[in-house]
This record gives sequence, structure tokens and C-alpha cells, in this order.
Amino acid sequence: MSDKSSSRPSGFDRRTFIAGAAGSALVPITARAAAQDASASGAKDAALPVDVTLRVNGKDMRLHIDARTTVLDALREHLRLTGSKKGCDHGQCGACTVLIDDRRVVSCLTLALAAEGQEITTIEGLATDDHLHPMQQAFIDNDAFQCGYCTPGQIVSAVACVKEGHAGSEADIREYMSGNICRCAAYPNIVAAVKQAAPEIMKG
Amino acid sequence: MAVQALSAAAAANNPLTKATAQPLAGGTTLIDLMKLDVMRPAAVIDINPLARGWSAIEPGSDALRLGALAKMSDVAAHAEIERNYPVIANSLKLAASAQLRNMATLGGNVMQRTRCSYFRDVSYENCNKRNPGSGCAAMDGVNRMHAVLGTSDRCIATYPGDFAQALIALDAMVEITGQAGTRSMPFAQLHKPPGDAPDIETTLQPGELISAFAVPGRWPRSVYLKARDRQSYEFALSSAAVALDVQDGTIRDARVALGGVATVPWRAREAEALLKGQKFDDGLAQRVADAAFADARGRRHNSFKIALGKRVMTRALQQAVTMEIRS
Repeated sequence: MSDKSSSRPSGFDRRTFIAGAAGSALVPITARAAAQDASASGAKDAALPVDVTLRVNGKDMRLHIDARTTVLDALREHLRLTGSKKGCDHGQCGACTVLIDDRRVVSCLTLALAAEGQEITTIEGLATDDHLHPMQQAFIDNDAFQCGYCTPGQIVSAVACVKEGHAGSEADIREYMSGNICRCAAYPNIVAAVKQAAPEIMKG
Repeated sequence: MAVQALSAAAAANNPLTKATAQPLAGGTTLIDLMKLDVMRPAAVIDINPLARGWSAIEPGSDALRLGALAKMSDVAAHAEIERNYPVIANSLKLAASAQLRNMATLGGNVMQRTRCSYFRDVSYENCNKRNPGSGCAAMDGVNRMHAVLGTSDRCIATYPGDFAQALIALDAMVEITGQAGTRSMPFAQLHKPPGDAPDIETTLQPGELISAFAVPGRWPRSVYLKARDRQSYEFALSSAAVALDVQDGTIRDARVALGGVATVPWRAREAEALLKGQKFDDGLAQRVADAAFADARGRRHNSFKIALGKRVMTRALQQAVTMEIRS
């Protein structure tokens, strides 16, 4: 099959694939004891740390870390940004929620290598100078937590929930905040906090 | 894992032809299962740099093309998909959480692995899917979440996804790209029932990636209904994807697929045959549901899924028949 015949309206063709797969466009990450299998060009010895630059809260942070390191571990263990919490470490609880390029994701299932070149915003990056973000203030005003462990994830997630346009009703807030579990079950107050902050956030 | 030897020259150019290499898209299955030691790839290849060409959402006048690296959240919120393919939009909206839908891609979604607790827990040696030939701990274990359709005596693990039910119901094609170029096949041929080899889950060959899905036609009268233990953010106990073409009260065409109850994305063709040419009523819905589950086999904890599955299917049919179509 020629390159031409395999091209598609989306602009992809076989040439792109091979170039991507073998060249620097792809990031080969060797996962474990893989030297014998790492024949892909560009693949590195799994045992060696890799250089990664993460852009966190507007600053470039250079790291020398194991290729398997998640964004969550990079933040907490290497950058000392411990606001994002490790709850389940399997993408089920939402305590580790951060924004990547303004979209909420769970940082425990995001590899740091795969987040290079993107803007990461953590709970530490929401406040400006001495002013809390409206969502942070709303959580205080509404007593939207008890133990507080899930709170950074709840707040970051709630900011995105509002900006996505999913805070129009209590039912919407509950549905679109379902990825953030609160073991203390402060849900009614969390919903109230999101409702309070939403108009101010949408106003900009 | 299925391994087909490719020529050395081809393999040298494409690290994914290594059976021990895994492509990384959204990572929501792969990184999770790597942490659990269930998946132990020698190399992980980040395919997100391909996203520019592979993430397009392209509704045409009488077909839909979805790039495999499109994010679940973007497809779910697309106005034309909400209008013309509600079964697709809702299968995605009702899956996972907002965070996971922002990460997970369509291609990865259909490739997600089972949530069988014995598959996910490596302290159980007996898992024919993870450890071929070792037996199945779920057969006589806690199998409340397991499948009642498409099972074998080797494996009863449920296929966990939602989107795949919409694809298989709508006769979608899957476009697969590898070293030799691009090939296309019915989505229904992607997943393999467990049979004698539950470890071989799909017909993809090493080095091949799903690049897109194509859905023929438009299905504004379509529904995805999902019953689960929690109201949100939970896998299906039972779900139904239904798409109908109803004219003057008569069902001209019917598509039905079932989730949460089967080992693979499950097309209920017996149900479709009974619906075609008929006028809908509750008696028909009951006969159709009985036919769809005629071969179902429950075990100690999951027999309730047969009754639940019939009710979910019946209600989905009712919703599809009565829904208001925005023209």
C-alpha cells in the first residue's frame, strides 16, 4: 500500500506514523528491566532516570526522575508541592486532581513524561497574591469539608466544573463532581460552595 | 498475549510490534494496571504526539467519523453527536468521571481491560486471562459483577465499557493502522469472546493501533440506559444501547446491544429480528428481552443480572420509542 492510498481526511498517513514511532515525536518510556527489549530507536535503559521539564503554576521545573513517575509523585515527592493529595493512587477518588492545559485530570494516572510541554495548575496555583480563589473562599464559607484530605482535589475539580458549564444546577454539580469522593460525606456543603463560587468565576 | 511475528525489518522501525510494548494514550487503564502489576510492559510508547491527526470529530451528512485519540469528554459534549447519535453521547457521558473522560481516548476506551477483581489482584494466581491455564477464581468466587452472556468455562469476566455497546449497535467500522497501512473491519470483529483463550481479547496484531471509528447513518432515535450500584461514576451492572427507526408506529429498523452482562460488547440480534416490522407494546418488549437473554447463564451471585438486564433493555426500548426527536 502506498503512502498516498492510506491517507485519510484527518491528515494522517503512514509516513507520519513511522516517523512518529521511530523518531523523537514519540517518547519511548521503558518501564522495567527492559534493556533486552528496548531496541526501539530512542529507547533508554529503564534503570536510568530521565530529564523532564514540567511547567507547574507558571514556572518551569527541571526534574531528573524515574521514567515511570506520575505527575502526582513528581509534584509531591520531587517539587514539594504536597497540596495535591494521594488518596487511592488508581484514579478512583479524585484527591489528586490537577488542571493540565485547563482541563481537570487525575495526576496519579498521568505520567510526568507525557505532561511535558503542558501547563499544570495545582491547588497551590489557584490563589493570587494574598487573595484566595473564589472557590477556595466558598469552601471556607460553606464549611465544605471535615477532615480536608479530599479538599484540594475537590476545589481544583470544582473550578473546572464551573468553567465547563456544568454548575448550572445542583443535579449537574453532583453529577459532574462525582469523580471526587469525600469520605466525610460533606457533599451538601460542597454543592453549596460550588453554587456560591460559580457566578463569580464565570464573571472572570 | 497474541503474538504474530513480523519481519525483522518492519519490527525495527516500530517499537509497538514488540508484544511487550504497550501504547500509552490517556493512560487511565494502562497506568492503573501497571501499578497493580497486572500489566508489565517492557516499554510504553506515548502515542499522543499522533493526536493532531487522530483526534478529529467529523460528523458528515450521513455518517460519523471519530478519531481514536479524541477524548471521551469532547465527543460526549459535541452538539451534533448529542443530536444525531444520543446513544454515543450518553454512553460516554455516563462512563467514568469528568477527570477520566478528559484523559481517556476513544481507542483506549474500547481497549480497556475487565474490572474482574481476580484479574486485577495478582495475589490470586488463578486467572486464565492474566495467567493462561491457571484456572478462574471467579467461577466459584464472588462473581456478582461477572458476565451471564458469552462466557466460557475458562472465563466469566465482564467487558466493562459503555461506548463499545453504542458502536456495535450502530454497525460501526474500526480503522486500524499498522506498518502495512490502514485496514478497516466491523467493530464487532475487534473483541474476541473468551472461549479457550481468555488472554487473547482482541484481533489487533502487535504493532497495530486503532486510528478511527466510522459510524454509518444517523440515529437520532437512540438511547443508552445504564443501571449501576451508584447513581454516577460506576461501571454498569446492566446497560442497553438501543437505536430505532420508527415510521408511523412501525419499527423499520432496530439495533440493540447490551453492556455489563457479557464478556464482550454484545449485539442482541435475536431481539432486533423480533422488533423489525412490528408495532411496539409491552408484550413485544418482554418477548424481545426474553429472547436476548435466552442463552444467559447465571452463577452464584450474578443471576440477578438476567432479570435486571431484561428490565433495563425493556425500559431502553420504551424510552427510544417515546423519545422526542429534535429535527
